[in-house]
Amino acid sequence: MAETIKLTVSRYRPEEESEPTFQTYDVPYNKEWVILDALNYVKDQLDGTLTFRWSCRMGVCGSCGMMVNGTPTLTCAVPLSDYVSSEPIRIEPLQFFPIIRDLVVDMNSFLGKLSSVKPWIIRDDEKPPVEGEYRQTPAELDVYKQFSMCINCMLCYSACPVVGLEPEFTGPAAIALAQRYNLDSRDQGAAERMAVLNEHEGMWGCTFVGECTNVCPKNVDPAGAIQLYKMASATDWFKSVLLPWGSKK
Amino acid sequence: MPFWWWLQKRVYFNFILRELTCVFVGVFAVLTLLQIQALANGPDAYAEFINRLRTPGLILFNSVGLAALLLHAVTWFKAVPTTITVRFRETRVPDHVIAGLHYVGWMVVSAVVAWFLWPS
Repeated sequence: MAETIKLTVSRYRPEEESEPTFQTYDVPYNKEWVILDALNYVKDQLDGTLTFRWSCRMGVCGSCGMMVNGTPTLTCAVPLSDYVSSEPIRIEPLQFFPIIRDLVVDMNSFLGKLSSVKPWIIRDDEKPPVEGEYRQTPAELDVYKQFSMCINCMLCYSACPVVGLEPEFTGPAAIALAQRYNLDSRDQGAAERMAVLNEHEGMWGCTFVGECTNVCPKNVDPAGAIQLYKMASATDWFKSVLLPWGSKK
Repeated sequence: MPFWWWLQKRVYFNFILRELTCVFVGVFAVLTLLQIQALANGPDAYAEFINRLRTPGLILFNSVGLAALLLHAVTWFKAVPTTITVRFRETRVPDHVIAGLHYVGWMVVSAVVAWFLWPS
């Protein structure tokens, strides 16, 4: 069994270089480690200048997404042992995002897209807190629960060629979250979100490549959410044409 | 994005294959319309159309087209459960049932078409 393993890590220090370069590090091979542990070893023991995001180390915060051997990966969720046969392990920042430094990308475009779809419960009339909560049955929860597991790790954006080709595309996670709220029995904001997403840059930009679903570490299935959204939009359009009284408000 | 981005990953290549094979769906639709037109023009025109279809070039073209069409149909039926969520008594109908029903529908429609076209 290997005693060390090579990591080839993308470095970009804007004050020193105009383009990213690669730097190789030898780290101890520990079969208990995940990729993030190896990066933290580099940071703590070999090169304190290496910059990357991480926080919870347990697949909840969504901070440590990076390209590992060309695939968007949550580095706290994959064991180092999975990559022993493909040494050196190539680690790069998430593709299709501007790089700020080393493995850290600029998330601003994603955050703008996320807020544009209003991912929160919208009510026509808010009832005062004294009247109690909006209740929901387990069956109603089950309808949207899968889509609510998104941790905003942005792996799906990095996997989606449409995001690379059309940077204005709203993207998988934001549309999946919009669908999560549309399917929530307590929400009444589907029409507001449809106005934003029923554009070419919205759901119709998706060509259903499906790689967003393949890389999602929480099994959210953003590709499925987008296709369901398209079906809902198409159904709504047919109803408005054929049954003018049957279209949604 | 480089022009050849779709060769970077197997998934991307499969996607492009699925999308491009839709051209053959259109080709077969046009072919069917031409066949109906030949039928409307009388027995001689129809016989000439059928003879043209029997030339080696068109047999090869249609064989490739049929393979592409089958690939397109199968890949779309594989994708269908993602686009259609059906709930029965508060339980989501499994993906294989939805895909399977599409295959059954395909077979029924094909059988009906074959029944009409099969020479008696």
